[in-house]
Amino acid sequence: MELFQQLIFGFSVALSWQNLLYCLIGVSVGTLIGVLPGIGPLGTIAILLPITFNVAPVGALIMLAGIYYGAQYGGSTTAILVNLPGETSSVVTCIDGYQMARQGRAGPALAIAAIGSFFAGTVGTLLIALFGPPLAEVALEFAAPEYFSLMLMSLVAAAVLAQGDMAKSIAMVALGLLLGIVGRDVNTGFERYSFGITELSDGIGFIVVAVGIFAMGEIIANLGDPEERTIFGSKVTHLFPTWDDMKQSIGPILRGTAIGSFFGVLPGTGPAIASFSSYMVEKKLAADPSRFGRGAIEGVAGPESANNADAQCKFIPMLTLGLPASGVMALMLGALQIQGIQPGPEVMTQRPELFWGLIASMWIGNLMLVILNLPLIGLWVKLLTVPYRLLFPAIMAFSAIGIYSVNNSSFEIYLTALFGVLGFVWSKLGFPPAPLLLGFVLGPMMEENLRRAMLMAKGDPSVFVTRPISLTFIIITIGILIVMIAPAIRKRRAEITD
Amino acid sequence: MRIPDSKDFWSGIMLIAIGGAALIIGRDYPFGTALRMGAGFFPLVLGAALVLFGVYFAVRGLKSHDRIEGNWSPRALIILPLAFVAFGLLMQHAGFVPALFVLVVGSAAAGTEFRLIEVLLLAVFLTALGVAVFVWALGLPYPLFSGP
Repeated sequence: MELFQQLIFGFSVALSWQNLLYCLIGVSVGTLIGVLPGIGPLGTIAILLPITFNVAPVGALIMLAGIYYGAQYGGSTTAILVNLPGETSSVVTCIDGYQMARQGRAGPALAIAAIGSFFAGTVGTLLIALFGPPLAEVALEFAAPEYFSLMLMSLVAAAVLAQGDMAKSIAMVALGLLLGIVGRDVNTGFERYSFGITELSDGIGFIVVAVGIFAMGEIIANLGDPEERTIFGSKVTHLFPTWDDMKQSIGPILRGTAIGSFFGVLPGTGPAIASFSSYMVEKKLAADPSRFGRGAIEGVAGPESANNADAQCKFIPMLTLGLPASGVMALMLGALQIQGIQPGPEVMTQRPELFWGLIASMWIGNLMLVILNLPLIGLWVKLLTVPYRLLFPAIMAFSAIGIYSVNNSSFEIYLTALFGVLGFVWSKLGFPPAPLLLGFVLGPMMEENLRRAMLMAKGDPSVFVTRPISLTFIIITIGILIVMIAPAIRKRRAEITD
Repeated sequence: MRIPDSKDFWSGIMLIAIGGAALIIGRDYPFGTALRMGAGFFPLVLGAALVLFGVYFAVRGLKSHDRIEGNWSPRALIILPLAFVAFGLLMQHAGFVPALFVLVVGSAAAGTEFRLIEVLLLAVFLTALGVAVFVWALGLPYPLFSGP
C-alpha cells in the first residue's frame, strides 16, 4: 500500500540521528516549558525560531513540533501534582488529577495521562497520514478566489471559536491583517506605513510580534499578578495503574481521542475546548457523576487524550492547505516561510520528506515523551521549585539574543519592546492575542489572493460566489457568523469559554 | 464628566486610535480600481473596520460595567521594555557581554523581589551561557566588547 511506503519513507527521514536529536531536544524543551508556569509553547517557539534558521527545514519543523506537543505532556504533569495547569490545555486535568494525587494516586494519574496522550498522538499521526494527501490533492485545484474565501473562512472561524469576546477576536484579526501588510507592497513597490525606516520596508518581523506579545507581554502581566503555588509534597509511588484503572480508562481515551481529533481540524479551537468537551461527555456518560471532582480517573484519561489529539490534528490544515488553525500553527507557517518554503498543498509533493518526516517524527516524539516523562517525573517536579524571579530574566535574555540574531538589528529590539507593551495592554483589555497572529501571517497572502482573484474576474467581485468551492467557503463563513450571533448559542459559548 | 473606566470603553478608544492613524497616514495611498487594486485598498478597508469596531466597543463601554481586572505592575511595564532598549543600544555601542549583563540585571529589577547577590550571579551565569552557546557554539558574529 502506498500509504505504508510513504510512512516508511517518513520514518527513514525521522530516524536519521540528527532528526532524532532534534526531536529529543524539542520534546525535552517542550516538557520543560510545559512544567514551568509563565512561559508557553507560543513564546518558546517564537524565541527559539531564529536558532532553527541554520537547521535543515525538516529538522527545524521536527524540533518546533516537539516543543508544541511536549508542552501538553508537561502541562498535565503540573496539573496533577501541583493543581496548577502548566498550559491552558490542562486546566480540566487539574480537577480530578489533583484529587487523585491527594489520595496518593498521583502515579496512576500521571501514567494514564501519558498513555492516553500517546494513544491520541498515534491516532492523530495516522489521521494526518490518511487525510493529508487527499486534502492536498483537492487543494491543488484551488485558484485565487478559493484561497481568499478559505482564508476568510478560517479567520472568521478562528475568531469565533477562540476563547473570550468574539467581537474582540475579530478586531484582533483585522489588526493583525493590518500589521501584516506594513512595508513594501509586493505588487506595486509602494511603501506602506514604513515612515521611511529601512527596517520597516521589509515588513514587521514575524518573530518581533510573536516574542513581543507572547514572551515580554506575558512577563509584564505575570509580574503584576503573581500566582501562588504550593507544591504537593507527596512522593510519586507505584506508577502503574491497576487493571481496574485501565478498564475504566479505555472508553474515555477512545472518546477523548475522537473529540480532540474533531476539534483539532477546526480553526481557532484551542486544546482547552477539546479537553473541556471531553470532560463534560465523560461526566454525562458516567454511572455515578458525583465521582467527578473527587479523583475520577476518567476525568484525567478523556481530557488528556482529547488535548493531545487536538494538538496533532491542528497540523492537518497547516500542512495540506498552508492554513494556520491556531497561534502555534501560525508560528510553524512562519518558520516554513523563513526557510524559504511556500506553505500550501505543493509542499507534500515537492517536499515529501518534510511532510512524511514530520509525521513520523511526531509518533517517535510521542513515544519519547512517554519514556521521558514517567521515569523522570521527579526531575520535572524539582524544576517547579525554580523561582520565577530567576526564570523571567533568563527568558528576556534568550528573547533578546534570538531577535537580534535575525537581522542584527537593534531597531527590531526596540520594536519588540513596543509589542511587549501593546501585548500587555491588549491582554488587560481582554483581547486574545492568537487571532492577531493568524491575521498577521495571513495578511499578505490574503491581499495577494484578493488581487489575483479580481484580476482573474476582470474586477467582478461575484467571482467569489460563482465558483462552487469558493461559494461553499463563503456560505460556511456566513453560517458560522449567523449561528454565533444567535443568542442561545452565544450564551452557551460564554459558559464554556469562561 | 466622569471618565469611564470600563474595559470596553478603553478597548474602543484604542481601536479608534490605531484605525484612525492607519486611515490618516494611508489617506493618499493609491486605492486603485476593482480590477487593479492599489496598495491603499487593504489598509483603508482595515483601518475603517478598526474604527467601526472601536466605535462599537466605546458605545458598549459607556453602558457596561466590566472593570479592568487584576493587579498590574507599572514597574514591570516601564522597566522591562527599557531593559530591552538598553540591550539594543549596548549591542551597537559596547558589545555582547555588557549588553546581555545589563539586560539580565535590568529585567530582574522589574520583579517584586530583587536580591543583589543572586541577581549578579544570575547575570554572570546567563552572560557566560550566552557567550558559550551563541558566540562560540553557534558562531554569531558579535564582538564581546567593543568601543562606542
